[in-house]
Amino acid sequence: MNWTNEEKQIFCEVADVFEIPEGAYNFRVNGKSVGRKSTENINIEPKTDVSGLDIHIKPGTKNETVHIPVAISVTGLSEAVYNDFHVGKGADVTIIAGCGIYNCGPTDSTHNGIHRFFIEKGAKVRYIERHYGFGGGRGGKILNPVTELYMEDDTEALLEMEQIKGVDSTIRETKAKLGDRAKLVVKERLMTHGRQKAESSYNVILDGVDSTADVVSRAIAQDVSRQNLKLTIVGNNKCRGHSECNAILMDDAKVIATPSLEAANINAELIHEAAIGKIAGDQLTKLMTLGLTKKEAESKIINGFLK
Amino acid sequence: MLKLIDIDFEVKKGRSRLKILDHLSLEILPNTLTVITGPNGSGKSTLAEIVMGIKTPTNGRIILNNIDITDKSITERAKLGIAFSFQQPVKFNGINVYDLLNIANGELISKEEASKLLKSVGLDSEKYLLREVNGKLSGGELKRIEIASILARNAELLIFDEPEAGIDLWSFEDLTRLFRKLKAMKKTLLIISHQERILKLADKIIVLEEGSIKDQGKPADVLAKIKEEKR
Repeated sequence: MNWTNEEKQIFCEVADVFEIPEGAYNFRVNGKSVGRKSTENINIEPKTDVSGLDIHIKPGTKNETVHIPVAISVTGLSEAVYNDFHVGKGADVTIIAGCGIYNCGPTDSTHNGIHRFFIEKGAKVRYIERHYGFGGGRGGKILNPVTELYMEDDTEALLEMEQIKGVDSTIRETKAKLGDRAKLVVKERLMTHGRQKAESSYNVILDGVDSTADVVSRAIAQDVSRQNLKLTIVGNNKCRGHSECNAILMDDAKVIATPSLEAANINAELIHEAAIGKIAGDQLTKLMTLGLTKKEAESKIINGFLK
Repeated sequence: MLKLIDIDFEVKKGRSRLKILDHLSLEILPNTLTVITGPNGSGKSTLAEIVMGIKTPTNGRIILNNIDITDKSITERAKLGIAFSFQQPVKFNGINVYDLLNIANGELISKEEASKLLKSVGLDSEKYLLREVNGKLSGGELKRIEIASILARNAELLIFDEPEAGIDLWSFEDLTRLFRKLKAMKKTLLIISHQERILKLADKIIVLEEGSIKDQGKPADVLAKIKEEKR
């Protein structure tokens, strides 16, 4: 696969890929698949009706990975990609997605990635999604991911969703429906700067007995950027749900956090925590007493917060 | 080593001003252990924070090794060899113990060196080295990590603001042993404390009251006076 330097940078940033990875993969560049491989247990096929992939993971597949990163390095491209993951019973896999846009031209480039996960009984999925933008053109770098999870009984999903930097506008939607004893853990890290705007919403429905969800969003808003975070957990059964939204506000940025808990069963235990504020003064002071400048201390605190 | 000359520190209280430190002058000699004691509100912690640059005096000068550091920032003072252990350890998100020790040292230290530092405050590195310095740790654990971060600095002047506060599992004996060891290493220590066992380690005790020095001298003399007053 021949990648430009910008495309290489994108794949490094969003998927830690420096060379062709082990396991199944599909690399998408500027609206086209430029490299695809299925394995004995993981089959990747292009959809015939819309742009996107059907990814079938055989029951019982263990410790395998799927890489499906996307790079856009031209100005003015707008695409919608529909990827469906069918994770067979008892499988245990890691899926590494993510998208980066390099735009040094005058027109917006947009990627709308719609990912649906059908997780069969007893399966486990770790899903890593990173978004990144760079390039000094006037055209925006716009990423709108939709993630839907349909989790059968005794399944587990860990979502690590991260917007690193450089994304001018994003509308992120995550929906999940959990069966009996299903467990969902979400770690979202969101960073905005300049005039960027980000909206992120979660709608987690705990339908199953003893299903659990832990949704933690950490956000940093710098300069005059705007963020709007909506976290909803619905408890329809005996279940436990926890959502947490922590945001560090800098400069003239603005963050709105809207928690929502809906309990429709007397045995539903739902908790929400939220905190928005500037970098704690005592943290800055402590690191300065260790010899860091104020700027270095801020950087350490931000990097730690987004870990 | 350290001279405080005619230090005043005032804060606003309603429409008036409250004097926390009042024309305070003192000298800390190199390679000595000085303990500052006194009742709550006497200005002990404020004094320590003024030396570190966390608070700015209303008036007066601070001299470290013949350099006037009064207008220097916290960072500059740290680089000139002052280390400061907070009474209430600070918690972080995403910074683990090893990160903190590396920041404190200024260079990447080996895990073995970090383990030694943790061992010196009674912590098992296998259990703590990669733990986040956050609210999931107990007050006592955080305090010991705080002290380890000061040891990692290799600073010339070590300031401890009430080091005994929050020491739960770790015994007092271990803490005093650590101070004896630092003294033997020819470090200069300035400790804010109420604890008699720490006061007894001092080369000099300074007693503050209402922002001024009420008494100073050798532990035996000062402690005798304190006991006499309590009768």
